[in-house]
Amino acid sequence: MTFVDIPVEIRSKVTISVDGEAVDVLEGDTILDACTKAGKTTPTVCYGPTVTPVNACRVCVVELEGSRTLVPSCSRPAEEGMVVKTDTDRVTDNRKMVLEFLATSSDVSQSDEIQGWLGDYKADLDRYDAATTERMTDEVKIEDDLYIRAYDRCVLCYKCVEACGEDAQWTFAIAMSGRGFNNRISTEFDVTLPDSACVYCGNCVAVCPTNALQFKTEFDLRKMGDWRPEDQSVTRTVCSYCGVGCNLDLHVQDNQIVKVDSPMDHSITSGNLCVKGRFGYQYVQNRPDK
Amino acid sequence: MPEIAVTAAEATDAERNAVADSIMLQDPGQISFDAAGPALTFDGDRIARSGQERIFNRRHLLLPVLHDVRDAIGWLSEGGMNEIATALQVPPAEVYGVASFYELFTFEAPSTPDALHVCDDTACRIQGANELKAELSADGYDVHGSPCLGLCEQAPAVFVQRTGEAHVSVRSATKETVVAAIGGAMTNPVAPVPQPAEELTLLRRVHDAAAVDYDGYVVTGGYEALAKAVAMSPAEVVTHVGDAGLTGRGGAAFPTGFKWSAVAGEPGPRHLVVNADESEPGTFKDRVMMEHDPYSLIEAMTIGGYAMGAEQGWIYIRGEYPEATRQLKSVIAEARSKGMLGDNVGGHGFRFDIELRLGAGAYICGEETALLNSIEGYRGEPRNKPPFPTTHGLFGQPTAINNVETMVNVNQIMLLGGEGYATVGTEKSTGTKLFCLSGHVANPGVYEVTYGATLREVIELAGGATGNLKSILMGGAAGSFIGTDMMDVPLTIEDSRENGFALGSGVVMLLNDTVDYDDFVARIAQFFRDESCGQCVPCRVGTVRQGESLLRIREKGSPIDTERKMLDDFAMVMKDSSICGLGHTASGAILSAIDLGLIGGQQ
Repeated sequence: MTFVDIPVEIRSKVTISVDGEAVDVLEGDTILDACTKAGKTTPTVCYGPTVTPVNACRVCVVELEGSRTLVPSCSRPAEEGMVVKTDTDRVTDNRKMVLEFLATSSDVSQSDEIQGWLGDYKADLDRYDAATTERMTDEVKIEDDLYIRAYDRCVLCYKCVEACGEDAQWTFAIAMSGRGFNNRISTEFDVTLPDSACVYCGNCVAVCPTNALQFKTEFDLRKMGDWRPEDQSVTRTVCSYCGVGCNLDLHVQDNQIVKVDSPMDHSITSGNLCVKGRFGYQYVQNRPDK
Repeated sequence: MPEIAVTAAEATDAERNAVADSIMLQDPGQISFDAAGPALTFDGDRIARSGQERIFNRRHLLLPVLHDVRDAIGWLSEGGMNEIATALQVPPAEVYGVASFYELFTFEAPSTPDALHVCDDTACRIQGANELKAELSADGYDVHGSPCLGLCEQAPAVFVQRTGEAHVSVRSATKETVVAAIGGAMTNPVAPVPQPAEELTLLRRVHDAAAVDYDGYVVTGGYEALAKAVAMSPAEVVTHVGDAGLTGRGGAAFPTGFKWSAVAGEPGPRHLVVNADESEPGTFKDRVMMEHDPYSLIEAMTIGGYAMGAEQGWIYIRGEYPEATRQLKSVIAEARSKGMLGDNVGGHGFRFDIELRLGAGAYICGEETALLNSIEGYRGEPRNKPPFPTTHGLFGQPTAINNVETMVNVNQIMLLGGEGYATVGTEKSTGTKLFCLSGHVANPGVYEVTYGATLREVIELAGGATGNLKSILMGGAAGSFIGTDMMDVPLTIEDSRENGFALGSGVVMLLNDTVDYDDFVARIAQFFRDESCGQCVPCRVGTVRQGESLLRIREKGSPIDTERKMLDDFAMVMKDSSICGLGHTASGAILSAIDLGLIGGQQ
């Protein structure tokens, strides 16, 4: 008889305290997982379900007993007996400051989530004198018909770098360049996308939290003041190009496909697509009656 | 091998040769560090790094090769970086991302072959640096303002980054001496240690020019500490270091014995890394030791390698220390030839060797996990802790990281025994401590005192302040200003803490009443803005916002109370939510300057 050795992952239970409430999670889960399970709403920017958090944004910080500083909940594994606090002034004040920093350095107006948190945490943006407060003022990069890069909206969360690299595509066409406030997501030597190693899978666009990366169709419609998410329908279908069978969510406005993405919680694709699935939809619209 | 897609730009023949020569020189085996022995043998191609798997091949050669190409050609071109990307199989976007992180690399052909990095930081700033910078710029040289070059006792200082020739640091620089250095004049460093040898312990060899080679070192008692160490078991050596109460001299004052026993208790391979990226403004003690007594460091590291079972040692020295780099290169080669590094150190039956790596102009690489990333060929961005380097350090393996001064103390611990060493100093601060005196002081230099000496005593050793002393910057840019009311505080870890300041890396910068504090403090803010790696939001934006706040106070007459509220908020989020110590300490000096009334119109 042949035995097939199937590795079984056994994760033990870990119990931590979140704001005084005992929460059970599994070994390897994060403090954020525990907070979510306890019903807490935690703001996150650089965290995404499909990318490894670089925990650069620090907006998800919580108080951890025994730690001198606050800790990023999105990437700190839960350990038995941890005592975590999320509802203290210290946590609220720090999150508020991180949000103020994000909103005074980049244009976050196209992120509904961040806009909501700015209100929730009572961020006071008016106290920053516009004339002396430096912002990211990069011109939008329009280099092709597929997607644009508006780095004045970039919050340098590294998600696109992770999606382009180890977390999804393994293309490594973009990386963080420069240092400090001059950090920018950049192709090699800052060449244009068509000249770079980019394969136009658009997986970076899918994870961008601030719309710094967006479909050219969306960019053009916004420019014309005609981007109307409320009038759009989203249709889930299966990509017709190859045999993998990725799910596509087609965003349609006025009977035209304006954006394509893929469900993040899909067990096979985790929101990722290739250039054909994400951008190769035009043939659908080549109808004889048009 | 995976295919690396590069842009159309091609390397010149000179660039191609520079890359090939560099790799040959760095990596005779052409594959990772096999030549260096078992410490760097990996399971397949993959290694664990901070819990993630990363492909490991020759990526760790990226920074050395970037250096070599820059030094041969004068700058880094697109074609040159494509060649590096292809040779090392690192994606070109990452080559560019790494190269652009460092100050010493430029991406446009320079107007002249030699770049002049003129220190305009704290100590040099109050001794004519800006005037020198203007003078050199006016003459058409390729002048860059630089953060502290670690030559504060011989201000102003210039780092001459030459092309095709050896780099030079010019001390007590004038236009004439800088021009001479461009023409090939070398610097022969003189130890800036005014105390006589009999008052010195760690520094006792710095006046002995012969001690920089093997025979001279041995004659002055060199390698006696190693002999004592190998007469004990490795675990006993670690116990002595613990018993000695030795604490880290780089700034954090972490107990060294604790670190060593943690690493020794982890499964190997293990690494010992010496942090010689001395970049805290006002600090130059490590430089002085490496320039004048480099063997002490090699011996101490060898003891550490023996004690922790680490077969590979690394020294990460800042790129702006050309003279210290040459000394270390020379003694490492000589120690190898004498059998004091290699497969069987001194015939004692253990293996230890040292790899020297150069930084390229980034203060943040002095943060220990940023330093590890820099060695590995990544951007010098600090890692999140935990996991700590003692378990997940260099290449994901257990690693002890110690400052140069900390390391050299290990020799003394072996000579005196752990308990004997602990009798020196105070109960909580044992041993001797090096202080870097600069600024408005009669005899600037490195001073060695037994822990417990007061600030007044240390300043008097250096001949006292010049002019009317107004404040003292303790611990560098990451430290704080204190007033003259602190003169009788003993300079120990516990007393300084009790009085609200930190010794940090041992900076004692005296500032008299001629200092333009608005300008001086603004430079500190600028320093943090320039040196923040930019990875986390609190520090990337906070260091900019605090600089803007100071500017509003200074130039727009913005009320101090309004700005103080903002500065306190910036300080809070940087201290509480930043990833690393840079953000945690970036506001201390600025807030202390306001508290002391040095800025903000309360003078």
